[in-house]
Amino acid sequence: MNLAGKRVIIVAGSGGVGKTTTAAALALGLAARGQRVAVVTIDPARRLATALGLEELGNEPRRVEGIELDGELHAMQLDAKRTFDELIERLAPDERTRRDVLQNRIYRELSGAMTGSQEFTAVAKLYELYRDERYDVLVLDTPPSRNALDFLDAPDRLTGFLDGRAVQAILAPTGLAARVMGHGTGVAFSVLRRITGIDLLEDLAVFFRSLSGLLDGFRRRAAGVKALLGDPGTTFVLVTSPEREPVEEALFFHGRLQAAGMPFGGLVINRVHRAPAQDAAAARRELAGALGERLAAKVADALRDVEVLARRDAEAIERLRRELGVEDPVLVPLLEDDVHDLRGLALLQPHLLR
Amino acid sequence: MESLLSHRLIVVTGKGGVGKTTVAAAIGLVASRRGRRTMVAEVARRTDVAGALDAARPEGGEQEAELAPGLFHVSVDPELALEEYLRDQLPSPAAALLTRSRVFGLLAAATPGLRELLTVGKLWELAQLDRRTPGAEPYDLVIVDAPATGHGVAVLSAPRAFAGAAHSGPVARQARAIHATLSDPALTALVAVARAEELAVTETLALQAALRERLDAELDAVVVNALEPDRFTPAEAHRLAGQPAQGAVQQALAAHRRATRQRAQLGRLTRATGHRALRLHAQALPAPDLEALADELGEQLP
Repeated sequence: MNLAGKRVIIVAGSGGVGKTTTAAALALGLAARGQRVAVVTIDPARRLATALGLEELGNEPRRVEGIELDGELHAMQLDAKRTFDELIERLAPDERTRRDVLQNRIYRELSGAMTGSQEFTAVAKLYELYRDERYDVLVLDTPPSRNALDFLDAPDRLTGFLDGRAVQAILAPTGLAARVMGHGTGVAFSVLRRITGIDLLEDLAVFFRSLSGLLDGFRRRAAGVKALLGDPGTTFVLVTSPEREPVEEALFFHGRLQAAGMPFGGLVINRVHRAPAQDAAAARRELAGALGERLAAKVADALRDVEVLARRDAEAIERLRRELGVEDPVLVPLLEDDVHDLRGLALLQPHLLR
Repeated sequence: MESLLSHRLIVVTGKGGVGKTTVAAAIGLVASRRGRRTMVAEVARRTDVAGALDAARPEGGEQEAELAPGLFHVSVDPELALEEYLRDQLPSPAAALLTRSRVFGLLAAATPGLRELLTVGKLWELAQLDRRTPGAEPYDLVIVDAPATGHGVAVLSAPRAFAGAAHSGPVARQARAIHATLSDPALTALVAVARAEELAVTETLALQAALRERLDAELDAVVVNALEPDRFTPAEAHRLAGQPAQGAVQQALAAHRRATRQRAQLGRLTRATGHRALRLHAQALPAPDLEALADELGEQLP
């Protein structure tokens, strides 16, 4: 892939296809080429986390030691809850608003129950690091979402969450909050109260009222994030394996990128089975003398499995090439073991970058 | 193991990419073959289960439909679930009033965690013997193809979070009832799907811990998917290693090393979770053969 001039690289794809490893290897490759890179990982495997020095607590990138690079490699693991709290702290106009939101029962109990919160905080963190002059390039590993939409919709969710109309409806002088506090009497309101119970309604009203102080900040932030995702310096790298579901997911995500006018920077296909150089039947005949019929037959069986999977993979690659219009996707062969150290990443990166 | 299929609700989760959907569909197939009226439900606007069962659901799959004899499918939609809930709880003019109310729509959309609560609430409703949905027949078993680990736990713990946040009132009562079902081991079984790979095993252990902490619940079964065949004995592998480095022999040795590493991870998984995992083998096929997987799984399920 050619990622020259890109400042933000978002690595997307369905779960279990090697996204985190690809993001880390890309970051290392760019750092080896002299850039100051920060990689934000979501949920790295323990050994990779160790290799990147991520076991130290903290919600900021830390310099990765133990490898000679022309540039710098920094890595962090996203802590969704902390990022959310930090965002509130930063956007709160005053100490009281800050405290009201962070201590609100609804916020504390329910912000973790929101399935979109990881996507939401990932882009919030990305935006913050983007404005940090210590880094030339940011590489973002995306959450293991089953639904790519969650990620692309995150900025809209940020605004939708506190959409002006919703908040007005709730906070206007005759809005919900006032009616809750004044024990309103409207028909719709009494029906609503019947369905939710007065406690929950009161808590929600307090929650929205305390958040209202953050509205302008949230809106500006969301607009900034949205602009960043569509910026010419931003690009999306799709990662997949040749298996059916991840391929469908990659095609779907690509369609969404196009529809949203967001830039697609390259395709990485991991875990590719290479076709064996030798045909299974021929191998069996050739090896029968040296290994005996029984063992030669087993070797041929193993070879036949690889043949089938190599054919499946070749078809998937062809389909992705055709439908995504990618001439030369990066093909990473099925490795015998997970990549879990800096040496493994260093060996992987030349495949990804040229 | 107490019979997995004797529960009313089976929630299938695990790391992304390990084959949750395939396993959920295969469990559904086993149950329906045994004559149980079985629902396989999925969430978050997906129709993967239908795809795995080779059934097209062009309309989005939000209505319950029978895809194979005794095997039903639905893709749970939170908005529909909300309308259903309102119709069930309120006289119809009042329900209509709220459904049409702009403020209510905005409030529902902006309340954190409500979509998740509504999703689980619908799954709970599907598993009731006395269904609230007018005219709906009960199912003997409901299987949920849940989101991957982190999201899955968030969805499952939404009722408890709501019960905690709402204290009292109808929502709190409803949320408590749902949580009670989810955390009752006689009613609900939690199944983790994994592959015998380091990352997937580690995530399964994290899932087990998260379920304990956030749901007060234990895993009922672990399914290990895509195990490579263990073809070569150590002696045979040794003989192969002594051969000239020829292509076919190299491939066989690589397969042997992968299988050996998988055994080690499978051992780690069974020791750490305390579950003797249900095992499914990798299929060297262009696409999964669900019938064959159901055969393999059925042999291991009492």
